[in-house]
Amino acid sequence: MNFPVIKATAYALVHAPNILLEHGTTQSMELAKNPESEYLKKLPSHLRSYEEVVAYPPNQTYIGAIRPDDLAKMPQPWYENRVEKASRFAKYGEIMPEDEFYALMKIVDAFDLVRLEKSFVQEVKAKLVQHPLFDENDLARLGEGVDLAEIEKVVNAHTAEALRLGDRLVGSVSQAHDSDLALTSHIMYENLAAKASATLVLRHLIKNSGIDPLEIDYIVECSEEAAGDMNQRGGGNFAKAIGEMCGLKNATGSDVRSFCAGPAHAMVYAAALVKAGVYKNVVVVAGGATAKLGMNGRDHVNKGMPVLEDVLGAFAVLVTENDGVNPIIRTDVVGRHKIGSGASPQAVMSALVTDPLDRAGISIKDIDRYAPEMQNPEITVPAGAGNVPEANYKMIAALGVKRGDLERNEINNFVAEHGMPGFAPTQGHIPSGVPFIGPGREMILEGSIKNFMIVGKGSLFLARLTNLFDGVTFLVEKNPGLQAQVADSSVSADEVRRLIAEAMRELAKSLA
Amino acid sequence: MDLENQRRIKELAEKYGAENVVVILGGSEAEAAGLAAETVTAGDPTFAGPLAGVSLGLAVYHIFELKDQIDEALWDEHISMMEMVLDVDEIISEVSSIREQYSQYK
Repeated sequence: MNFPVIKATAYALVHAPNILLEHGTTQSMELAKNPESEYLKKLPSHLRSYEEVVAYPPNQTYIGAIRPDDLAKMPQPWYENRVEKASRFAKYGEIMPEDEFYALMKIVDAFDLVRLEKSFVQEVKAKLVQHPLFDENDLARLGEGVDLAEIEKVVNAHTAEALRLGDRLVGSVSQAHDSDLALTSHIMYENLAAKASATLVLRHLIKNSGIDPLEIDYIVECSEEAAGDMNQRGGGNFAKAIGEMCGLKNATGSDVRSFCAGPAHAMVYAAALVKAGVYKNVVVVAGGATAKLGMNGRDHVNKGMPVLEDVLGAFAVLVTENDGVNPIIRTDVVGRHKIGSGASPQAVMSALVTDPLDRAGISIKDIDRYAPEMQNPEITVPAGAGNVPEANYKMIAALGVKRGDLERNEINNFVAEHGMPGFAPTQGHIPSGVPFIGPGREMILEGSIKNFMIVGKGSLFLARLTNLFDGVTFLVEKNPGLQAQVADSSVSADEVRRLIAEAMRELAKSLA
Repeated sequence: MDLENQRRIKELAEKYGAENVVVILGGSEAEAAGLAAETVTAGDPTFAGPLAGVSLGLAVYHIFELKDQIDEALWDEHISMMEMVLDVDEIISEVSSIREQYSQYK
């Protein structure tokens, strides 16, 4: 069979400590209920500087400077063991500072909702001029800026959200309607942050892949927000809005949502569209979620550690027709949590991991690496949520024991050999399997592994429409080369002809 | 414990009587399971949800404590994998100690 390939990947983070303070839901709920709380007082002293965030080993892993296997060897806590001479840019993307990100929110704003203060515009323009992915047209979109008084006026009137750098007010995001609850300043802020971070990562993807943006046919967007108005709250469409900012003039696109499983669904859509021949080049892209910033901040502050959920995450993947080189997406080895699968962890993992492998006759041990939810354990363990990737690896191993693929005393070895440490920020959709597509693709290309499985899971019950869980998996494998695949398909065509002939003979016999 | 779950448990206890409600936990970690057990007996220790300051004293068990009550085939299908993965003894010890202290119905 001729499978689609993963041509390129991109990953980006945005340092967002001030966004965290006002727009992370843990903080915004506390601000509304208990503005004088001890937590809110202590929080600012637990925020990290940009330099600390850049030098944080899991962040360097996310943008491709460190391999997950090398992160595993680094001493913990990682936040006390910085990467020496860490760089903002790495091969998959970058870690953008908050001031430049505010400028990016203005650049991607199509409805004059973002105001930036004049002197801030001058300062940030001088920085963005240096950025390899922003040109004169982008900088022109920043305009000249407005007087601080104008920003203060809309913020004080509560028709706009503030953009701050510490105590300094540098801009605002206005509501897009005076009474539509789907277009409030808060929602526009979230949506513009998602659009801006997705734009950043998509530009990195275009650079990383070398593809002409005009050759991209379709965009599947899978971030966490809902764009729409009161008559259709999730109407869409982030995909085209983001593509427009990256010059994808020949593309259209749409948005896919399934809580944290969204990106895995999106990857399967992209692979299917290419496999079916509908489109040749499909991009999967997601921006970051402001709501999740500082989600476990209370636990981090209580435990005297830095608040580690201080970055927005974004990723993009280019899926194309088979080039005979890049790793293939096995569209015939896709796992799905079915409506009737059941909700116990065992039922979920069976549906996602062993069912698709069984159908393809592949053993659990035949998969070199599994990439389940790759949450950074340094974030989740202090919050009582455990080491999420490790728990997933143990579950897969335990399933293997039950099936007789491995012995019980092999569980720990299996975890070490087929797993890796979590390195993604807890942005919901961002950790969900996809952070490993970049390093996994490279490891296959260099021959250190032959395949990996992406495991995306989502908690649908959070929307209170169903108690169901969700999940999707797919297998990525070394490309056997175009000729080998053609040979394979000719053999199977002969086989099909033989089977049909046999069936016809049987039929003739039965009629005689 | 999730605030929505706290609300539902409080409503069920009010509707059917605390003596008629048994909470079965499935938490994967001893500390978290213990906090959930404390929430439905002594009250929400984080003082964040509807059970803050409300001591329902409900009977509370972790599913691992009820193995002998459950059909073997069902256990094998739904629980046996997690039984291999989690620290069963630690979870049972934590939940049972909370139950001993705070449950009024055992």
